[in-house]
Amino acid sequence: MATERMQVLTKGFFKENPVFIIMLGLCPTLGVTTQVINGIGMGLSVIFVLVFSNIFISMLKNIIPNSVRIPSYIVIIAAFVTIVEMVMHAFAPSIYQALGIFLPLIVVNCIILGRAEAFANKNTVLDSFLDGVGMGVGFTMALTLIAFIREVFGAGTITLVPMGGFDGVIEIPLFYTYPVRVLTLAAGALLLMGYLKAFFEWNANRKRG
Amino acid sequence: MAYVAIFITYIFINNFILTQFLGLCPFIGVSKNSESAIGMGMAVTFVMGIASIITWLVYNLLLLPLDLAYLQTLSFILVIAALVQFVEMIIQKNSPALYQALGIFLPLITTNCAVLGIAIMNITEGYNLMESFSAGIAAGIGFTLALVLMSNIRERMDLHPVRKAFKGVPIAFISGGLMALAFMAFDKALLTNLLG
Repeated sequence: MATERMQVLTKGFFKENPVFIIMLGLCPTLGVTTQVINGIGMGLSVIFVLVFSNIFISMLKNIIPNSVRIPSYIVIIAAFVTIVEMVMHAFAPSIYQALGIFLPLIVVNCIILGRAEAFANKNTVLDSFLDGVGMGVGFTMALTLIAFIREVFGAGTITLVPMGGFDGVIEIPLFYTYPVRVLTLAAGALLLMGYLKAFFEWNANRKRG
Repeated sequence: MAYVAIFITYIFINNFILTQFLGLCPFIGVSKNSESAIGMGMAVTFVMGIASIITWLVYNLLLLPLDLAYLQTLSFILVIAALVQFVEMIIQKNSPALYQALGIFLPLITTNCAVLGIAIMNITEGYNLMESFSAGIAAGIGFTLALVLMSNIRERMDLHPVRKAFKGVPIAFISGGLMALAFMAFDKALLTNLLG
């Protein structure tokens, strides 16, 4: 039983990674990943929304009539997205600005509705919670990886949270002087995603032998 | 003149798919052949035009007077979901031929971020009703353009040898990236040169 639970939690990390394997939620994946901190901020927001919507949908799965389930899920998800928007606006205004339109667009992020439909409405509250955490963490890891590559090579910096005397920006010596600018642009994001996806395909093929 | 600028901006300069990353799922998912790409594009343009009008009215006539602007996201997605359902019913009843062509794409549109994206953008840009409608239609045309171009590229690519790991989605992303590079030729300077 315990190992099954662990699997529910960890399958989203690599085996069913929402971005690289299931290919859901691509718009924010490419739209906000120009800086590492934006990738992390987006990831955390999605974890919050995903976990709570999974919990609520799983609790209400016997109450919501089958024919109106999709609109009901959307309302639940939209309510949590509104909470995230308000909290971010109040406590992290710079990330709120940077994420811009992609913050309200979490509502239509296919990962969240996808997990509601594919997992939360069939499973227990605890499993749905674990699934939400796992998928959310997998999403955050994918976003952080893409943002890391784009920012290090494209701008020569790593932007994190400013703390104390540290202004939050780490400069990478060589790339800071000679950045590969295309990676920070829209075109670079699409190219990088193509190569990363090809890498994961190659890796999967290699394991299968 | 303002309307020409809106059209050029949303079709070329701020193309929804290639520069804003809105609507990437259908860009990768529905671009395997050009017929379905045109069908999806038309359905999205249609819904985006109507959704722009209705969400503008909801925001300015309902949410603002009642001081409920924070319900924007929630109400917009509900309006869009209801609208898509409604459009589907009307088309099914009045035009079976059109329903045949667009029917299977309509349910997918509710969760297309391009539709909610344009609705929110109209509000943040402060457009009036007609400008919102134009922006909706223009963004839809831009979406269709990118989708149809992509589907043509992918149809051609089926005939060429592609390395196993790059087959399908990866090469689609890379072609999309090269297309986005080409679209970078359209920028704000173009607009000022054209319209003064």
